[in-house]
Amino acid sequence: MFRRTASALLALAMAGALAACARSGPDAVAAAKAHGPITVWLSNNAQEAAWGKQMVADWNKLHPGQHVTAQNIPAGKTSEEAISASVIAGNTACLVFNTSPASVPQFQKQAGLVDLDDFPGAERYIEARSGSLADQYRSEDGAFRQLPWKSNPVMILYNKKVFKKAGLDPEHPKLATYDQFLATSRTLVHSGAAKAAIWPAPSSEFFQSWFDFYPAFIAESGGKALVENGKPQFDSPAGRKAAAFWRSLYAQKLAPQEAYPGDAFGDGKAAMATVGPWAIAAYKDSVDWGVVPVPTSDGRPPSAVHTFSDLKSVAMFSACKNRATAWDVMKFATSRAQDGKFLAATGQMPLRPDLTGTYAGWFAKNPGYKVFADQTRRVVDVPNVAGSIDMWQAFRDAWTKSVVFGRQPVDSALRDAAGKISEILAEY
Amino acid sequence: MTLSHTNGPGRRGTSRIGALFAAPYVLFVLAVFAVPLGYTVWISFHRFYFTAPGAGVDSPWVGLSNYRDVFTDPVVGRAFLNILIFLVINVPLTVGLSLVLAAALNAKLPFRSFFRAAYYVPYVTASVALVAVWAFLFGSDGLVNHALGGLAPDPSWLVNTHLAMPMIAFFVTWKQLGFFVMLYLAALQNVSRELYEAAAVDGAGSVRRFFSITVPGVRPATTLVLIYAIITGANLFSEPYLLTGGGGPDHASVSPVLVMYQKGIEQGHPDFAAALGIVLMVFVLAISLLARKISERGE
Repeated sequence: MFRRTASALLALAMAGALAACARSGPDAVAAAKAHGPITVWLSNNAQEAAWGKQMVADWNKLHPGQHVTAQNIPAGKTSEEAISASVIAGNTACLVFNTSPASVPQFQKQAGLVDLDDFPGAERYIEARSGSLADQYRSEDGAFRQLPWKSNPVMILYNKKVFKKAGLDPEHPKLATYDQFLATSRTLVHSGAAKAAIWPAPSSEFFQSWFDFYPAFIAESGGKALVENGKPQFDSPAGRKAAAFWRSLYAQKLAPQEAYPGDAFGDGKAAMATVGPWAIAAYKDSVDWGVVPVPTSDGRPPSAVHTFSDLKSVAMFSACKNRATAWDVMKFATSRAQDGKFLAATGQMPLRPDLTGTYAGWFAKNPGYKVFADQTRRVVDVPNVAGSIDMWQAFRDAWTKSVVFGRQPVDSALRDAAGKISEILAEY
Repeated sequence: MTLSHTNGPGRRGTSRIGALFAAPYVLFVLAVFAVPLGYTVWISFHRFYFTAPGAGVDSPWVGLSNYRDVFTDPVVGRAFLNILIFLVINVPLTVGLSLVLAAALNAKLPFRSFFRAAYYVPYVTASVALVAVWAFLFGSDGLVNHALGGLAPDPSWLVNTHLAMPMIAFFVTWKQLGFFVMLYLAALQNVSRELYEAAAVDGAGSVRRFFSITVPGVRPATTLVLIYAIITGANLFSEPYLLTGGGGPDHASVSPVLVMYQKGIEQGHPDFAAALGIVLMVFVLAISLLARKISERGE
């Protein structure tokens, strides 16, 4: 009896496991033509969520038969991890309005994304909305699996009050060249005006390089991506100069080696921060801020400085059963009217050509954002390559070892990282 | 007479009812432990990644390739070295301190209940909250460095390559101590009072009584504490993740489970993570068996 019970239980468990393995997604051909209710996920940024709810309400008013439900992306350490888990579970929302381009190759490998080129006129629409910058967001096979949406070009935000306290001119800060930036940083810290000149997270997470090295490298190299044509670009004079600049900041104790448990700039512990325009809404009541481009070794004029885009896309996920509606919502949400509402609600920049001309009235009322809008013309994103996250992790490991902690010469660390990244790219 | 019943029809009936009662748990063990473990072993021998339902992606057999990757990855090597550092500090401290404290709290002390609760509070408090307290104490701008002044280490405690792992070991020792004290307190209730009285009559002092009666008397609990402390150490995740910013500085506090998380979840290599998980399991089994042999030596 016991043997029979045990056998039955084992068979039951195996059947359960097999049933769980034999999952299936929606039929792609039928889903591509299907209209009906869908769910969209939004970032949990308060202003962005408010815009999303309004956009969805606008859509629902016009399309009562194709109801859209908006929810915040499920909580996780990062949005990307939550999305990846739901791709595997097969319960992703149809559209995610916060997809990191760095994760797109991974989602693609997981068969989690819908190829947007399958929709008639999609390529034309994407190119029309984002201009030549759209090309950065094609997958390696040339297809679009994301619609470039909002950019947060990284610039240097500084606290005018802290600058004044340090005896510096807050209206004309000397931050254009590496030498100026270091001298200003020394004054800020040695005067006691701030504990740190700048305080990006020195920790090991793969994405942290997007807010220290990468903007500096893009600016110094005149707009190169980390990897181009399958080859790392940072083991170069531009990469070495940018890394040496950051090494000086850490070695001279102008940037702390320890992560700040909160918002160092918002708390007045750091005089500067590398941020995008989202920060304006976040700091408007607490910091009297000014903004300048990322420094370069030779102090290029602002109109010649490139930076990291920190863009988020809209992507459609393969769990979606009503993809025709999802595509229509995608276009509706990225229309000129909704982009304008998004800009007004969040201050983040839709990645569109002639942003300042299209929304001239809003920029006239909000001149502080103009410098970020101008910067969106010269932005570079993460390379859209398979193994993207492994690649960034390899870079970050070399960075923390050499630049943050000085346990290896910067040049050899960059060379090693470039070698490792070449191996990763070859492996994929 | 009673024994004869065990071989009769009554024994068989009891067995059926027993099997019926045990069935839900057997099912639970199969579904939650056995099947996932088997699946993990299977993944570790294949080129595998998680996909969306119905993606129909091949998972080819790769033999020991994932294990070779695990054994040649310098970060994995560093993670196991870190665990050994952790165990060398944490296990003796845990066993020693919890036994001494339990023996003290077992005596008739004023405010005994308060002290028992005080040691237990960190154990029941969320790691995240406690990490904040430690960051406040041992951060570069923290209370300890203010007190030490010029003697403070540079780089500071939690970002110092040599100090990060010992700091985690001390943190976990402190956090878990209350639980192990409770285990020993329970074990001490079974040590005969007469033995202490007899030893006292024979002239044994408190130290002699501790080593000759208490230590042997709680040996089974010591084995449990040892194994549990080792398993806790081998499963370290939250502490290096939260206290030292994701395993930094320069992997000085990275743990095997943290590497599994980074490779399996962040970087999408569940095959590597599965192989590492199996290696870690074998490592924990080996160390635990060794600890058991040592703790039960001379019994």
